[in-house]
Amino acid sequence: MIAEIGLAALWLAAALAVLQMVSGALALRSAEGEANPLAIYARPAAVMQALLAGLAFAMLVWAFAVTDLSIKLVAANSHSMKPMIYKLTGTWGNHEGSMLLWVGVLALSGGLLALFERRLPERTMGATLAVQGFVALGFYAFLLLSSNPFERLPVPAIEGSGLNPLLQDIGLAFHPPTLYAGYVGLSVAFSLAMGALLTREVNPTFARVMRPWVLGAWVLLTFGITAGSYWAYYELGWGGWWFWDPVENASLMPWLAATALLHSVAVLAARDALRTWTIMLGVLAFSMSMLGTFLVRSGVLTSVHAFAVDPERGAFILVLLGLYIGGAFTIFALRAGAVAEGKRFSFSSREGALVFNNVMLSAILAIVLLGTLYPLLTEAFDVRVSVGPPYFNPASAMFAIPMFLVMAVGPLLRWKEDSPRRIRFEVLLLAAILIGVIGLVSFFGQFALLPLLGLGLAAALGVAAFLPLRGRKLTRVPVATWGMVLAHFGIAVSLFGMASEGAFTQERLAAVAPGGSDQVGDYTFTLQSVNPVAGPNWTAIEARIAVSRDGGTQVILTPQARNFWSPAQSTSESALLTRWDGQLYAVIGNQAADGRWQIRMWWKPFVTFIWYGGLLIALGGVLSIIGRVRVDMKRRKAVSLGDERRADPEALGTAPVPAE
Amino acid sequence: MKAKHQRLILIIAALIAIIGAGLIAAWTLRNQANYFYLPEQMAATPPAVGQAVRLGGMVQPGSLATEADGVTVNFMVTGNTEDAIPVRYSGILPDLFVEGSGVVAEGSLGANGVFMATNLLAKHDENYVPKELEGMGTAQAAKMAADTTVGLTQ
Repeated sequence: MIAEIGLAALWLAAALAVLQMVSGALALRSAEGEANPLAIYARPAAVMQALLAGLAFAMLVWAFAVTDLSIKLVAANSHSMKPMIYKLTGTWGNHEGSMLLWVGVLALSGGLLALFERRLPERTMGATLAVQGFVALGFYAFLLLSSNPFERLPVPAIEGSGLNPLLQDIGLAFHPPTLYAGYVGLSVAFSLAMGALLTREVNPTFARVMRPWVLGAWVLLTFGITAGSYWAYYELGWGGWWFWDPVENASLMPWLAATALLHSVAVLAARDALRTWTIMLGVLAFSMSMLGTFLVRSGVLTSVHAFAVDPERGAFILVLLGLYIGGAFTIFALRAGAVAEGKRFSFSSREGALVFNNVMLSAILAIVLLGTLYPLLTEAFDVRVSVGPPYFNPASAMFAIPMFLVMAVGPLLRWKEDSPRRIRFEVLLLAAILIGVIGLVSFFGQFALLPLLGLGLAAALGVAAFLPLRGRKLTRVPVATWGMVLAHFGIAVSLFGMASEGAFTQERLAAVAPGGSDQVGDYTFTLQSVNPVAGPNWTAIEARIAVSRDGGTQVILTPQARNFWSPAQSTSESALLTRWDGQLYAVIGNQAADGRWQIRMWWKPFVTFIWYGGLLIALGGVLSIIGRVRVDMKRRKAVSLGDERRADPEALGTAPVPAE
Repeated sequence: MKAKHQRLILIIAALIAIIGAGLIAAWTLRNQANYFYLPEQMAATPPAVGQAVRLGGMVQPGSLATEADGVTVNFMVTGNTEDAIPVRYSGILPDLFVEGSGVVAEGSLGANGVFMATNLLAKHDENYVPKELEGMGTAQAAKMAADTTVGLTQ
């Protein structure tokens, strides 16, 4: 019954998406103030759809929890012996389940929008919900027609075939849901942008409605990327934290677009400038989410994320991608001219700095996009290439460095027009820090250019992040401003971690006999023993390595080489020793013929700052949302109080006004 | 500045930056893209010394030898012909790396004709077949694809 309830809920949700689309479109067509009898269904349809999609997802989670082997998806991806937590997270550790999660989050955000958003004119809201319904419908069709998660097996399987061991990790519990929520949160920004464009309501009110959605999606993307990066770092056992893997790029590209969008929305809300640019970024950000979904879900890539290798599905998503992005850009091209130009500003103003960084972010996006698609393009001509750090690092740094420089001074400038001379003290201070740190570091050793620049920029940005607070009474600084300060400081912290890892990492690869010792950085490590161990669905060999720093207290590290038996696969479980100033990273390899074991050790100074920085950035975004929502609540309360006062005398004399 | 056509100027500036990014990308890609070679291709037209490329083929049976340090291995990679490329690698070998299995080695050709691998991509799971070995057409390629490799990154 579980599967049937889920499937029925999914079909009903699809039908409601059609209703939402039609009803929203009718609201758009009716003149302002005139109520179309069908237009009232858009909001309830969106809310109901969210409940039904949520129900369908809950049913699938239930099926995985009880390991219902008569469902094809469960039989193919789960196993009755798997620990409960991985049974649950396994729900989205496969193609169909993850698409259902995608659609579920899409419906949920549409429902929340319909339920709580009351500031926009009804026509704009109708258009927005119509677009949201249209997007949802495409993905319901994709799920129901080509990736049905509830498909039954003719004969129930005796035992499931298990989940890819790399995915049997707590990282899987957080990483995909947060990333998806971020991807899909951008769909609301997209729908709002299309709604505003169709009804020519691109103005600060619209920007204030859009901002929490963009901020929310951006916070989730930031968090998802940070979690994904740390997961890849410790789970893959390669010691790297970012591989420029196409799938990683697929999550980075929407983040870059969302970062640009969030700053441009801020300009639109505060200054009524950058109207069309904001709409364009709204379309672009969701296009990148869709492209990411296509890259990951279509099977054009071979990677741990590419569950489906079914050309039909790839074609389906490609058609959806073409339909939505092509349609959106067509409407944009037709309507953008009709959006009146916003307020003007001088180049040396805060808007000017934000525009510059928006363009730099777009350029980095273009670099990443081209690098990601290039191997797919050349493959069409039968040339096989792969594109890695030698391309991405220098090409993106070329635009990232000017961006960081402008980011340091941008928040110090005034809106509309400012004289660079006014902030010359700050500029000189930051330049001195930048040059001083680079000089100091290169005095002590030879380092590559990019890590060196990164260290200097990190120091300058770290100081610059707090300069906007100079001369202000700290208790009176708005919460949203603290959010900006924190997020910008997070960038500095993260950059410091990356540069430090790049410049100062020490590596030691050695074959060590049990009882033997070796050295990496300040650490001495001794291989005490190597023993077989067993887990619920794996066996492993585990090394006991005693490490001590400069002869201090010994700590035991236990890296493992695991063999899973369902499916048969092996993974390397690294062991980490975290100190405030870095991490020691240990991996065990094969046994050489003479009985020695291969041990690989890295000492990575301040590598953890990469992820601390990511968390700070996300936290800054959260503070910003809290600040904006609080201001908004206050304003709403004031407005409703005013309305009440006016309504009192009116209620005595006039007929009631129809709601909305 | 006179803000008469500010929108136009903004659009042009953005276009210049994006096109610039595109040109830089195209130029860097030409230089930095990592080409895939089969052993016979590498023997016929070797890449420049030090250029990052990938070499894919089979580990020749009987050629795998570990050096005294216990972590450096030397082996030969063969393809569809007699050509064999010597490969040298320091590091932890992929779990299912054995003689006769397929391998994709990332690295560059040294001046002495030895391919210095920085990374070996190895089989994790029978479901993952490297793109490079798909559709090569010969029976051997099919066999190679069947028990070969792929890492998590391409």
